[in-house]
Amino acid sequence: MSTVLLSPQLTPSMTRSTGVWSAAATRFRSDHVGMTSLVIVVLFLLLVLASGVGLVAKDWQVERGVPDAPPTFVGPAAATDSVAIAAPSGPNVDISAVDPLAPRYKEWAEAAKKYQTTESVKALTLPFGGDRLGRDVLAKAIKGAQVSILVGVSSAVLATIIGTLLGAIAGFFGGKAGDLLEWIYNVFTAVPGILLIFAFAAVFGRGIGSVVLILGLAGWTGIYRLVRAEFMKHAVRDYVRSAEAIGASTGSRMFRHILPNVSHVVLVQLSIHVVGFIKSEVILSYLGLGVGVDQVSWGTMLSEAQSELILGHWWQLAAATLFMAVFVTAFSLMTDALRDALDPKLRGLE
Amino acid sequence: MAAYLIRRLWQMIPTLFGVVLLVFLLFKAFGGDPAEILGGLNATQQQVDAIRQQLGLNESLWTQFYIFLKQIVTFDWGKSWATNEAVSHLFATRLPATLTVMVPILILDSFLAIPFAMGVAYVRGSLTDRAIMVLTTVALSISFLVYVIVGQYVFAFQLGLFPVQGWSDSVWTNLRVYAPLPVMLAVAVSLAPTTRLYRTFFLDEIGHDYVRTARAKGMTEPVVLLRHVLRNAMIPILTNVAVALPGIFVGSFLIEVFFSIPGLGREILLAVNRSDYPVIQAFAIYIAVITMIVNLATDILYKLVDPRVVLK
Repeated sequence: MSTVLLSPQLTPSMTRSTGVWSAAATRFRSDHVGMTSLVIVVLFLLLVLASGVGLVAKDWQVERGVPDAPPTFVGPAAATDSVAIAAPSGPNVDISAVDPLAPRYKEWAEAAKKYQTTESVKALTLPFGGDRLGRDVLAKAIKGAQVSILVGVSSAVLATIIGTLLGAIAGFFGGKAGDLLEWIYNVFTAVPGILLIFAFAAVFGRGIGSVVLILGLAGWTGIYRLVRAEFMKHAVRDYVRSAEAIGASTGSRMFRHILPNVSHVVLVQLSIHVVGFIKSEVILSYLGLGVGVDQVSWGTMLSEAQSELILGHWWQLAAATLFMAVFVTAFSLMTDALRDALDPKLRGLE
Repeated sequence: MAAYLIRRLWQMIPTLFGVVLLVFLLFKAFGGDPAEILGGLNATQQQVDAIRQQLGLNESLWTQFYIFLKQIVTFDWGKSWATNEAVSHLFATRLPATLTVMVPILILDSFLAIPFAMGVAYVRGSLTDRAIMVLTTVALSISFLVYVIVGQYVFAFQLGLFPVQGWSDSVWTNLRVYAPLPVMLAVAVSLAPTTRLYRTFFLDEIGHDYVRTARAKGMTEPVVLLRHVLRNAMIPILTNVAVALPGIFVGSFLIEVFFSIPGLGREILLAVNRSDYPVIQAFAIYIAVITMIVNLATDILYKLVDPRVVLK
């Protein structure tokens, strides 16, 4: 605390004890599992960014292959020996004299020319197979990663903002405001989480924005509880009282003095919630309560994969599962490492 | 004890009132107009007006809230908008199926996870422990959907050991024929997180002084673990089971959807898809009531497990 009293010019020459963030960074860097996970997560985020700006998987809706095209390493599907009905032979009978539609055939042929479809050659195999319409599964998985990760992260951010803000108010002020927020917290936790999500889903409808809103509104309670406890602890500490003595406003004390000191709790909670919300989004999309029909997420891929599996087309299931498993595992391990680095007291508990 | 019970029940009232208010305002403020949902796309303005009149939507907000409260207290929710089935009947007929699946899941999950977690906690830090921890992390990262899709495909469709889906009227047939696969899959999936969690509970206890004392007295390891550690670890475990307990009423809705089990979870999902507001509202409020009662029962149960707990 004494460094606070020194004039700013002197501070750099002083040997300062390492701050909480740089100490945490050092601890994090020495955690090999954590670092590896971080690299994988960053790679995924770059992929999301690339697909967001349209570098990869932009044309995921293009039907490039034959329906249910197998992966290239499996080889093309065995040709079925079904034959089309033979075209009738013999001369065409001229019925134009009695055909009531005959006068308009020319007009329709003109109109049809405006909508000429391009007949592209459909590939027999695709790198990781194709879906029912012949769309590239790999491109879908990448686009799905973009949607799922985006939804997971944004709803976690929303839940964290709500939880932190309300927790800060409840913990800092206590009293009437605290009681009111405690009551709201009790109400939200009284209804089981999944039921709350369904109730929100019933009124908010479908789409990416709705899913973010639903998950954020239903999932802030855990963060609120922790942040509230931290704020209660910090509000009476000496440094906050000192800040008040030198005239720091209430808002400044809450968010410039206390918040940085509890931000490690918030950060760990944020990343724990990202994993949970990605899983929830996948389930909501599977049930048809998630993203819209013109979008793809890991959840919609899994719901398509269910009927494909019965026909023996396992690649869409494998692609969605693999992408999700790798990302979620890496993110969970990164979160563990983050928690260990930021809160060394907890190390080794789990 | 009686004073404690009365106080706890008294404290439930504001929370319950909040839940009712939340559900009421949520559907009033953000839900679509019930008259238009009920009338459908082809309804004329007159029909919509008639429905509004019938549902009391033209009354003031206070009157509507009063009607809503009356419905809750009298258990009379009227009929489902989609099927015209009485909501109370819906509740009563769907509950048995959910319980048939969920009770075995909860029991098996808890009783299998306790020995697993104790074993893993006992060999803490060893290769086995670390391998199981890594394995559970990976197992946890795969969506629940994948396990059920693959499990249904392999065990029911390919191997034919179980029916793919179905349900009957007889509880015994359901338990013997239709429930085993869903129960097995759900337990297999929930075992990983439960084992992880219980392991931390056991680890908290194993480090305590009383364990060392017990060992120093010359007690055998089974006695130390089963009589001393287990009993102390039971408190957080019980809390955890209690937290999961209200969940058995919503059921594992995914399991019910996959296996066509006519339970509460599937019903509420159908209600969400059909914008069937009375069903969703009734479920949300009654499940909240059940949750509160179960929580109270758990707190009383603590007293039985741990005599040190004083109910205040």
